[in-house]
Amino acid sequence: MTKLGQWLWGLALLGSAWAALALGPLGPRVPPPCRQVLLPLPIYLLVAFGCYSLATVGYRLATFNDCEEAAAELQEHIGAARADLRQRGLRF
Amino acid sequence: MAAGAADKVSVLLPTYNERENLPLVVWLLVRSFETSGYSFEIIVIDDGSPDGTQEVAEQLVKIYGSDKILLRPRAKKLGLGTAYIHGMKHATGNFIVIMDADLSHHPKFIAEFIRKQKEGNFDIVSGTRYKGNGGVYGWDLKRKLISRGANFITQVLLRPGASDLTGSFRLYRKEVLQKLMEKCVSKGYVFQMEMIVRARQLGYTIGEVPISFVDRVYGESKLGGNEIVSFLKGLLTLFATT
Ligand SMILES: Nc1nc2c(ncn2[C@@H]2O[C@H](COP(=O)(O)OP(=O)(O)OP(=O)(O)O)[C@@H](O)[C@H]2O)c(=O)[nH]1
Ligand SMILES: [Mg+2]
Repeated sequence: MTKLGQWLWGLALLGSAWAALALGPLGPRVPPPCRQVLLPLPIYLLVAFGCYSLATVGYRLATFNDCEEAAAELQEHIGAARADLRQRGLRF
Repeated sequence: MAAGAADKVSVLLPTYNERENLPLVVWLLVRSFETSGYSFEIIVIDDGSPDGTQEVAEQLVKIYGSDKILLRPRAKKLGLGTAYIHGMKHATGNFIVIMDADLSHHPKFIAEFIRKQKEGNFDIVSGTRYKGNGGVYGWDLKRKLISRGANFITQVLLRPGASDLTGSFRLYRKEVLQKLMEKCVSKGYVFQMEMIVRARQLGYTIGEVPISFVDRVYGESKLGGNEIVSFLKGLLTLFATT
C-alpha cells in the first residue's frame, strides 16, 4: 500500500469511529458530558498537531548546529592542499 | 564481511564548473584514504564544463596516476542522476561513495562511513546534517527554516527511516546502488530522497553518520530557481506512489 493509501485508511478508520460515537448510531448511548468533548475532538487534534509541528520545527531550527569549527578547519585544509598541489606542479 | 584488504571504495565525483574545487577535494580524498588505508579510486564525471574543469582533472591524473583518478567525461550537461549511472559503470570498488565536488562534503567522513558500515553491516550509510554533531555552515535563517520544514514534512508523510533525505553524501554497497539506480526516476533533490525511500521498500538497511555541511566556498550554485516547487511535487509523487 502506498503512503497515501495508509493515510487515507487511517483517517477513514478514525473518522468513522468518531462519526459513529459523536453523531451516529452509538451517539445516544454515550453520556452527554463525553459527547460534548467528542464533538469538537477532530478540531482539537488538528490544532494539537499543528502546535506540535510548529514547536518541533522551531526547536530544530533553534538547535541547528552551526559548524564554525568545521568551516575553519576546511579553510586550513584548503590552504594545505593548495600549497602541496602547487608544489607538485598543478597550475590552478 | 571481513574488514580490510578486500575492500575498495569508488568515489563518484560529478562536476560542473568545479575548476577551483576539484583539485582540493581530490587532494583531501587522497589524503584521507592514505590515512585510513583503504584502497580507492576517484571517478570524475565532468559534463563538459566551460570553465576548464577537465583540464585541471587531467593535471590531477598526471599527479596521482590514472589508476587513482579516472576521468569519465561526457560531452554536455546531462544532469546529476545520469552522471552517477555513467560513473558507476566504470567503478571497480565494492563500495561506492557519492558526494558533491564543491567541498561542502568533507572527505574525512568517508572513514567514518566505512566504520559505520562494518559496525552494522549496513547496505547504505548516509551522512546526516540533522543528527548528533551534524550541522551546516553558511546558511541563513531562511534557508535553515526551509530545510527543517521540508525535512519535517517529509518525515511525517514518508516515514523513511533516515533523518537526512536530501543530502547526497552517502556510501553504498555497489550492487545495492545498481539496484536502486534502476528503480529511481526522479531528478534533483527528489532523486536523493527516492533512493532512501526505495531502499526501505527493498528492505535495505541504512546506517547514519552525522556530518558537517559547509556551504560551497567557490563557484556558483547550480540548483536554483523553483527548487521548492519541484521538491514539493516530487515529495507528493513519492507520497502517492510508494
Ligand atoms: N556531471 C555533472 N555534475 C553536476 C551537474 N550538476 C551539478 N553537478 C555537480 O554536482 C554536485 C552538486 O551540485 P551543486 O551545484 O553543488 O548542488 P547543491 O549542492 O544542491 O547546491 P549548492 O551547493 O548550493 O550549489 C557538484 O559537484 C556539481 O559540480 C551536471 O549536470 N552534471
Ligand atoms: Mg553543493
